[in-house]
Amino acid sequence: MKFLVCISNVPDTTTKITFTPDNKEFNKAGVQFVINPWDEYALTRAIELKEAQGAGTVTVLNVGEADTEPNIRKALAIGADDAIRVNAAPKDAYFVAQQIAAVAKEGAYDVILMGKESIDYNGFQVHGMVGEMLGIPTVAPAMKLDMSGSTATLEREIEGGKEIVEVSAPFVASCQQPMCEPRIPNMRGIMTARTKPLKVVEAVGEGARTEVAEFALPPKKQGVKLIPAESAGELIRLLRNEAKVI
Amino acid sequence: MSVLVVVECDNGEVKKSSLEVASYGSQVAQMLGTTATAVAVGEATEANLAKLGEQGISKVLYDAEPRLKDFVNGAYTKLIAGAAEKESSLVIVLANSNIGASVGSRLSVRLQASLATNVVELPKNNGGQFTVKRGAFSGKAFADVVLMGERKILAVKKNSIEALHNAGQVAQVERFSASLTDADFVDAPKQVVMQDQAGGVLLPEADLVVSGGRGMKGPENWHLIEDLAKALGAATACSKPVSDVDWRPHHEHVGQTGITVSPNLYIACGISGAIQHLAGVNSSKVIVVINKDPEAPFFKAADYGIVGDVFEVLPKLTQAIKELN
Repeated sequence: MKFLVCISNVPDTTTKITFTPDNKEFNKAGVQFVINPWDEYALTRAIELKEAQGAGTVTVLNVGEADTEPNIRKALAIGADDAIRVNAAPKDAYFVAQQIAAVAKEGAYDVILMGKESIDYNGFQVHGMVGEMLGIPTVAPAMKLDMSGSTATLEREIEGGKEIVEVSAPFVASCQQPMCEPRIPNMRGIMTARTKPLKVVEAVGEGARTEVAEFALPPKKQGVKLIPAESAGELIRLLRNEAKVI
Repeated sequence: MSVLVVVECDNGEVKKSSLEVASYGSQVAQMLGTTATAVAVGEATEANLAKLGEQGISKVLYDAEPRLKDFVNGAYTKLIAGAAEKESSLVIVLANSNIGASVGSRLSVRLQASLATNVVELPKNNGGQFTVKRGAFSGKAFADVVLMGERKILAVKKNSIEALHNAGQVAQVERFSASLTDADFVDAPKQVVMQDQAGGVLLPEADLVVSGGRGMKGPENWHLIEDLAKALGAATACSKPVSDVDWRPHHEHVGQTGITVSPNLYIACGISGAIQHLAGVNSSKVIVVINKDPEAPFFKAADYGIVGDVFEVLPKLTQAIKELN
């Protein structure tokens, strides 16, 4: 089974978000970038399934400029066999999906996994676009993935419950918890990652279909109104008469 | 040319989030000088679909194929694409739900449309430039996004706009067949497992949410959260550390890597307010924080706060609501 795991390079979850003075771009200064936390589920699960099958490969794919390579190496250290970087800034979901679809087609991958969404753009779009471009099913968001031969059994989260879905490879799944316990690199992994192949290819396809005109931060809160713990019931009165939410 | 609205139905009822989506779609239609047509997915009744007139919908297309009762990505995509072709729709509006985003992303490729998810406001259409505001950076920011090309798909975040209620308006319900075949049902579910909803409210659809953190000290104390939720008619939720140690199920985890909620009221009990948790809740209209630590960072993001012991405060709140009702 050939697994393709797509990872994106995102600001660490504790990052305080700021923008460039024209509000057109995220301000990267001093920000630590990590593998998108949702993508870690996809990566670890692909490695676990490969190990269980005792055969196959896990290729990690990132669409990004050279500064994403430390996180690609980290994915290799966690246990991916090789990596491909599409040398381009990820302009929008459609642009990224085209790159993934092209790589997936070229390499004839059986299972294409990625996180539910990236924690920066929060599009939750790429999985469906890739599936549609390749004409294969997409299961999103998947909470569980098991494989028997080329048949996969997945749990797809729906509002208020889950569906048990069975599909045959090739397919796309976007992953989220509680699929697996994401692995962290060990020393041996870090050593071997240095020499694993990382291929750089150029972008293909059309450009983006969307463009950010301006970023903005949420309006600041007015400040908290404190109610003494002894008269906690007063809170309920305020919620009904002042905030009018109950 | 009508605006096409995708309404999700469950047990015969149109979901509340879809009433908002319908209202959004009809306002976009008005802006563009056209009408709004809905296409229904899930288990619907014609009587309830006709009521979508109250949200400004003129016509509802409905395919009575029984296998469409459960979510099937392939079949839903084909159905909606078919409806969009029939109506020559240039704008399609869906809910930013697991279903809406799954189908919307496939549709955008099939219909060569530009797509914006997590949309929080009505679009602006100035000088031919179509712009929408959407949530980004996991609730820590917003982005105004320009959608290029002739066709656009918008997935609207729950509780971002008020549902319209024009009493007495009725939509015309029309049978519609997308000529679905077995090949469209390859990802049909073998089984559907719904959460136990006995007396409870589903978190993604909830207007009121009561949430607990590590300050609750253990799952055995969760009845305090549940009692308050029940008195309010609220859903229950939790922070990441709580679901990580299995005090509560993962689908209740609210935050940057869990689900994002935007209810009218979010009551946080014994949650310190790590930045990753705030990201999942900061679009809530009113936030109440109960924590015994006055330095808890969550108070900075709150509208109302009580510095006190959750084990004393929660029963008082539950009691106060019962007295009020």
